[in-house]
Amino acid sequence: MIDLRHVSKSFHKGRSVVDAVRDITLTIERNEIVAVIGPSGCGKSTLLNMIAGLYAPSYGQIIYKNTKVCDLNTDVGYMTQKDNLLPWRTVRDNVAFPLELAGVGKVERMARAKEVIDHVGLQGFEDRFPNELSGGMRKRVCLARMLLYGAQPALLDEPFAALDAQLKLSMHDLVLRLAAENRQTVVIVTHDLMEAVTLADRVVVCTRRPATVAVVQRIDLERPRDVLNVRFSNDFKGYYDALWERLRLEYQEDRV
Amino acid sequence: MTAPDTKLDQTGALEHGDPFRTQRLRAMGMLLGQIVLGIVLLLFWQGASGRMVDNFFISNPLDVGARLLGWTLDGSIFAHIWATVYATMMGFFIGAIGGAVLGVWLGVSPIASRLLNPYLNALNALPKVALAPLFVLWFGLGIESKIALAAVLVLFLVFLNTFAGVREVDQDLIDGARLMRATRMQVIVKVIIPSAMSWVFAGLRISVPYALIGAVLGEMIAANRGLGYLVQFSGAQFDTAGVFAVLIVIALLAVALNFLVDTVQSRIERWRIVSR
Repeated sequence: MIDLRHVSKSFHKGRSVVDAVRDITLTIERNEIVAVIGPSGCGKSTLLNMIAGLYAPSYGQIIYKNTKVCDLNTDVGYMTQKDNLLPWRTVRDNVAFPLELAGVGKVERMARAKEVIDHVGLQGFEDRFPNELSGGMRKRVCLARMLLYGAQPALLDEPFAALDAQLKLSMHDLVLRLAAENRQTVVIVTHDLMEAVTLADRVVVCTRRPATVAVVQRIDLERPRDVLNVRFSNDFKGYYDALWERLRLEYQEDRV
Repeated sequence: MTAPDTKLDQTGALEHGDPFRTQRLRAMGMLLGQIVLGIVLLLFWQGASGRMVDNFFISNPLDVGARLLGWTLDGSIFAHIWATVYATMMGFFIGAIGGAVLGVWLGVSPIASRLLNPYLNALNALPKVALAPLFVLWFGLGIESKIALAAVLVLFLVFLNTFAGVREVDQDLIDGARLMRATRMQVIVKVIIPSAMSWVFAGLRISVPYALIGAVLGEMIAANRGLGYLVQFSGAQFDTAGVFAVLIVIALLAVALNFLVDTVQSRIERWRIVSR
């Protein structure tokens, strides 16, 4: 579905050039959940920005559904690291925003917004404004908004980093259920290995900046997964340890 | 101006047993102090007049009050107030709409804004009051020339604020909306304009007194009614009490207008208020 071919990206800051991503080749299949993991600031977000078409790669190309991504790819649902909620809109109006843009009538909009707001457990907060919510709640509003308009594929940039452990688990559960229901393609960027292994069909380990693919690991844990218990299985531990071994190298080199 | 004070009071009062009661008492105490200060100043004025300074120059509160009362009783002041209020409001609305539209338009069109930049800077640097004779020539001695002067003053203030506000809009919000398939028009209407709204309001807020200044100045230059005309006329008659009486009316008008803007702003920007 998404084909990255030798994708590199450098940023120019005055005279200096910063390489964020170097020569990444990766194919993301339809209905697949791919987790991209790597040290903070390694260029993972840059990768998502390029998939969304917010900016073009310096070298290489990104193919989406057999066409080259040149402009914004409005098919994708992009949940950025920073929650992009409109501060002057209530939770309900924020969630319904994509439908409003698409010209869906108010009654239907509100009904569908209510449904997804309940889904992410924010019932009772519909009339609040984003700055009245905690960081975790805002993330859930973003998730609800993305769910509502059924964007395919979903790009998630460290979506649950701000959430506490319990909430994170319930969000993982939600993502897995929804991905199964909607046959959703998901690319999730994270630095939480536990999260990556719990959710993904494949985990892509990136090196530190400039990001390249260090290793791609298929996670053959059966679905549906029980987010709470899957992590205690031996298979899970095997994947986790192997990936951690590889990931640790990136952090160690960092220190040298 | 009262909002920051009450907020300080709130935080300060939290340490006490009943914060709301303490806060109310403090607010009442402050109000009392303000009234007492006003009375003391009026008494001092009354006392100084004729003793320390010639009554001719500073008049005195009783004469000023009598003049205000007289104008109110015979109803003559209301025609003047209405003329000034009308010119202020019309000038304000025309200038505000023009400034906001211009600000949004140039804010979202980088090429046009760069092209027009030097000319707008030059126009902005020009003391707008100097345009008054031109407006009298164009629009005559009637209220239209006052409206034009008020509108021009407001237009530049609102324009500059709106322009800055549009430039300050978070690019991520725009990208987000575009990824959700917003058209360019939708981005402008649903993201850029609401986001710039607080800047626009800041511009409106500071331009209210300027609308009044424009109207009053216009009336002072050439008119046969309005508060500006009345203050000019009273001055020409060496009627100091009359001048002070008009000044008081103008000040009250300015306060009323500010109050109006604050009320409207708090209605529209509920999301900003509730977050506090």
